[in-house]
Amino acid sequence: MNEVLLIFGMFVVTFGIRYVLFAVADNIEFPDKLKRALNYVPIAVLTAIIFPAVFMPKGEFYASIENPYIVGAIVAVAISFWRKNMLLTVVAGLAAFVAWKWLIVG
Amino acid sequence: MQYTRSKLFTLGMKDCAPLILAAIPFGIIYGALGQSTELTAWAVVAMSVFVFAGSSQFIAVGLLAGGAAWPVIVLTTFFVNFRHLLYSANLLPHVKPYSQAIRAPMAFLLTDESFAVASNYLTDHGKQANFHWYYFGAALFMYINWQVCTLVGLFIGQSIPDMANWGLDMAMVVAFIGIVVPCLHDRATLACALTAGVLSLITYDWPHKTGLLFSAIVAILVAMYLEAKKDGTQPDEQSDADFSEGASE
Repeated sequence: MNEVLLIFGMFVVTFGIRYVLFAVADNIEFPDKLKRALNYVPIAVLTAIIFPAVFMPKGEFYASIENPYIVGAIVAVAISFWRKNMLLTVVAGLAAFVAWKWLIVG
Repeated sequence: MQYTRSKLFTLGMKDCAPLILAAIPFGIIYGALGQSTELTAWAVVAMSVFVFAGSSQFIAVGLLAGGAAWPVIVLTTFFVNFRHLLYSANLLPHVKPYSQAIRAPMAFLLTDESFAVASNYLTDHGKQANFHWYYFGAALFMYINWQVCTLVGLFIGQSIPDMANWGLDMAMVVAFIGIVVPCLHDRATLACALTAGVLSLITYDWPHKTGLLFSAIVAILVAMYLEAKKDGTQPDEQSDADFSEGASE
């Protein structure tokens, strides 16, 4: 295994993906429809990260009231919907998660 | 609201804190896993320093353990990190004011976490002249944390029991929830989230995070369809024509 080639290759593709649009930003103007589509990127990608983390915490589907990730997530969604306050959402969601984990496991 | 540069920088760090917490076990586990492969300690660290992409680093050490050749790992990295293109496209209007000397490090530090925090900030504040100070506060904090955790994992990771099951990743989940939920204000945004969520479960087994990318893109198309339906002058069946028409405005 050539470590230098491995890391250099990984650097090139990763940085390339992250930088290519920034690099040419002055010369491109996205069509209006694409711009509006891109507004949905945070919702779409972050939710696609959240769901497996919550419903498949160990790689297998675990939809049960005993799953502390689900309980914590429900509390976080409720608090965020109610108050739209990030700090409160994080603290309440984590607290519910920890309490549930101890309650069920301990 | 107008902040000074250092205020913005520390605000970025602060907003990133839950995601830092969530990243700690992953950084440590990465270091510990890396140590158990044929990679030298230098290479394990160099990967964190130069690549700085958690999930692809995990997949790389996994593939190494399975004896994969480096071009395979590089190609896999490309697919795993392809979603960052969506992030950079989303941030494009906000980086246009900056020179390449600022854009390049911004791109280098672009991760799920820095994007999540940045997009949340931009949703709340709109276009900001000094956005990069906020961004660098969040992203550099993430970067330094990742390096420290890699080192910790490399040297003492194997003596820390069962970190993956501590549940620190929940900090990321609740932070992301706190970012997404306030964005859900109509049928299009709600359908976008539900589609992305359900599809991400169904496509979870797809290789190299392609399921995540697929789910996100389908969810965006669903949202665009509903948005067009809502805004459309012809309220009903205009969708197909609308999509194929695509770019031409």
